[in-house]
Amino acid sequence: MMHTPTAAPFMTAATEEDAAVFLSVREVEKRFGSFTALDRVSLEVRRGEMVCLLGPSGCGKTTLLRTIAGLERQDSGRLHADGRDISQLPPQARDYGILFQSYALFPNLSVADNVAYGLGRMSRQQKRERVTEMLSMVGLDGSQDKYPGQLSGGQQQRVALARALAPSPSLLLLDEPLSALDAQVREHLQLEIRRLQKQFRITTLMVTHDQEEAMVMADRIAVMQHGRIEQFGTPEQIYRRPATPFVADFIGQANWLPFTRLSGSQVAVGGLHLEIQPDESDRASGRLFCRPEAVQLFSDEGCANRFLARVVDRIYLGDRYRLALAAEALPGQTLLADVSSQAHERVASLDAQDGLWVTLPRQSLQVFA
Amino acid sequence: MRTEMTMPATVSAPLPTLSAETSTSARPAPVPDRSQWLPGLLKWMLLMLLALGLVGPLLFILAQAVLTPAGQWAGTQPFVQLFANINFLPMLARSLWVSAVTAVVTVPLAYVFAYALQRTCIPGKGLWRGIGLLPLLAPSLLPGIALIYLFGNQGLFKEWMEGSIYGFWGILLGEVFYTFPHALMILLSALSQADGRLYDAAQAMGASRWRIFTTVTLPATRYGIFGALCLVFTLTITDFGVPKITGGAYSVLAVEAYKAVVGQQQFGRGALIGLLLLVPALLTFTLDAWLQRRQRASMSSRSENYVPRADWRRDGANLLAVMLIASAILMMIVVAMGASVVKLWPYNLQLTLQHYDFDNMDGGGWLAYWNSLRLACGTSVAGTLFIFCGAWLMEKTRGQAWLSTLLRMLCFLPMAVPGLVLGLGSLLFFNHPANPFNFLYGTMTLLVLCSVVHFYTTAHLTAVTALKQLDPEFEAASLSLKVPLLKTFIRVTVPLCLPQLLEIFRYLFVSSMTTVSAVIFLYRPDTVLASVAVLNMDDAGDVGPAAAMSTLILLTSAAASLLMHLAGSRWLARAQAWRRGRAH
Repeated sequence: MMHTPTAAPFMTAATEEDAAVFLSVREVEKRFGSFTALDRVSLEVRRGEMVCLLGPSGCGKTTLLRTIAGLERQDSGRLHADGRDISQLPPQARDYGILFQSYALFPNLSVADNVAYGLGRMSRQQKRERVTEMLSMVGLDGSQDKYPGQLSGGQQQRVALARALAPSPSLLLLDEPLSALDAQVREHLQLEIRRLQKQFRITTLMVTHDQEEAMVMADRIAVMQHGRIEQFGTPEQIYRRPATPFVADFIGQANWLPFTRLSGSQVAVGGLHLEIQPDESDRASGRLFCRPEAVQLFSDEGCANRFLARVVDRIYLGDRYRLALAAEALPGQTLLADVSSQAHERVASLDAQDGLWVTLPRQSLQVFA
Repeated sequence: MRTEMTMPATVSAPLPTLSAETSTSARPAPVPDRSQWLPGLLKWMLLMLLALGLVGPLLFILAQAVLTPAGQWAGTQPFVQLFANINFLPMLARSLWVSAVTAVVTVPLAYVFAYALQRTCIPGKGLWRGIGLLPLLAPSLLPGIALIYLFGNQGLFKEWMEGSIYGFWGILLGEVFYTFPHALMILLSALSQADGRLYDAAQAMGASRWRIFTTVTLPATRYGIFGALCLVFTLTITDFGVPKITGGAYSVLAVEAYKAVVGQQQFGRGALIGLLLLVPALLTFTLDAWLQRRQRASMSSRSENYVPRADWRRDGANLLAVMLIASAILMMIVVAMGASVVKLWPYNLQLTLQHYDFDNMDGGGWLAYWNSLRLACGTSVAGTLFIFCGAWLMEKTRGQAWLSTLLRMLCFLPMAVPGLVLGLGSLLFFNHPANPFNFLYGTMTLLVLCSVVHFYTTAHLTAVTALKQLDPEFEAASLSLKVPLLKTFIRVTVPLCLPQLLEIFRYLFVSSMTTVSAVIFLYRPDTVLASVAVLNMDDAGDVGPAAAMSTLILLTSAAASLLMHLAGSRWLARAQAWRRGRAH
């Protein structure tokens, strides 16, 4: 990833141009009757960056995208794109391309006419060249004279992408563009869209409810819930350091262990005393969060946070097993732990003998209310 | 590494707000959203149109009924007077009785017909369907005329009825003919879809055919049956074409209202009866809206469509029933048409065109026919344009949400207003000396306006259904491409909706060609219409010319329908290119 310039957002020291904010959403609020779809949302997207709005249905992610597109009008708050205040502009004055889940291709127009639809003042020859160029970019050379109905879903979405990018918009908005496609086509198009996005360095905002899709495609992810952004950060940050229990639960799998605090770095969980990293909240009780793959199943004597457990259930996931563990020291609790397929045999034999010595590494435990 | 990583900044917390000064100075002058003014203007124009053609007339008929001539609140006094009339209650009872009997006779017939078309494998379905819907093409006066030729004083089978065709039986038979296609359309749609899994399950459990029918088919279509009953009842009680011609001494409300206004200039009495007729219509309308919501819930998306398998016993019985009904319909039409081209039915069957020499008869002559043609063309052209654009504005443009909601409600209202009430209201409204639109009274413009409003709802629903089938993001996509909505409307929306546009055009043409109920109050001698001429010629005893004019109306409607059908087929052929691949 380091060889591409757009990998910059991953690094801590971003160059000045990359850090420049292209799209800024400030305190945008939107209500539908008594339902608050957007609750004073603020968001900044850097130039050339790809940001995913991720969340369950009804969280406001689509409303936010449609507000930025000018298809919904915010009740209050302001929107800026490329330094321009677009808060009150109609959609056609905002300069963006958009992709919908339904493709929204015009069925009675040929592929060429669809792609050329937004190329207003060009000459016929220029239009033809641009269409050829765009179609070859999305890998559909020679499809000019076909009609959308003659193409597969994935091909139709490619045409829609060509159509959206043909007028060279400064912003690309993607509204769950891949949800209607088969898994294989979807994976392929994810990479394809990401490649084009990097190649054009076009600022992109995508709505999705699929966390894997967000992980694969986004420079940064904004996790939304109840009309608010719960956390905005790189995929690594979101996954490793979720800011709220909702984010922790929504992305990946989680173990939750109720605790009472003994000291700044010691807590009691069930019959165990666990060491944790001191945190700012210093709350007296709460829950510890730990990812299944952070649970260590082979550990030496002397390790902190070590206890004996047995396997009560297992799920085969192809590259790994997900084990459900029960420990005497943790009555009523089941602990999920991931183990690679290769290591599983050893786990099984240990489990058959004395049980497993499990360790919860200090740095993998996070404190939540 | 882990420790240096700062907690990710959540951005849901408000950003530091700009000071009031900078925020006002940084805010550019609000850009007027120019994309909104044209749809807004058009919506206001539509509202004006509906206010003029619908709301004004309805308010005036209401005012006429409940206000004294001096403009004072009259309370219940006019109604008390109306009901106190010794003839009124029997007349009301007669109206209710004949309408109820018509409903009970028509709906089972239409059910059998619709069942045969949708649930059996009889041959020639297209033909039978066409014959079943044929009465739509004729004015409601045609069955009356045909009945007189068949069973009247000089009728072919006069001995059968012994003159009793003038009265209850005449109205009943005529109304059955007239309302049959309306009931048929509802039941065809009610029977069009069925969950095949229910039939498989019933058969697997060994249920008999009759048991399957009563436990599966009938319950699934009960809303359609009920809706059809209500519609036939309402159509009959508000129609005066049939009873005017075959009613004789059996006077009913609709004819009474017509006579009160046209014959006796008693506008108040006409308005009162009109309001009474509005009651069943409004009830039917409300019920239907409620039933449709229930019906929709009964068919889940997981259902598998039922496909009938050949079964010679069932198919044979159904074919026989369909042939009987179809020949009854054809007989009425053939008799009316045949009688119009012979010298004196049934005594002198020498062929002649003398009945078509309208100019030498009372009733308006050929002018009436050309006027009707002008009305039909005007209504279908203007109506299709207004109704489709209106539906598009309401469904596909943003802004003025309250205006769209108001318009939607107004668009549904015409269905609940009988033509008689609308025509009477328009008469009162446009004839009022203080109305600035008074100059429209009696003009073709007003006749067109009244007809567009009269048939608005059905056409509007067709347009809305067509528009709802389009991808809701077409407009958003075209705006993002900086293409004005109007261009997308012309390049995409209209071509995609062309079949439904033709259907709206056809419906408006045929309806305004055959209608008599609303326009009868609004014509002047120079704008007399064909359907009105039929009524007048029949009044004058010229039954032959009345039959001739009815025939002409029927043929014109049929020709228009055929033309639209051909145009639709041509469109389909041309659209093959992009429709072919749809199955993907």
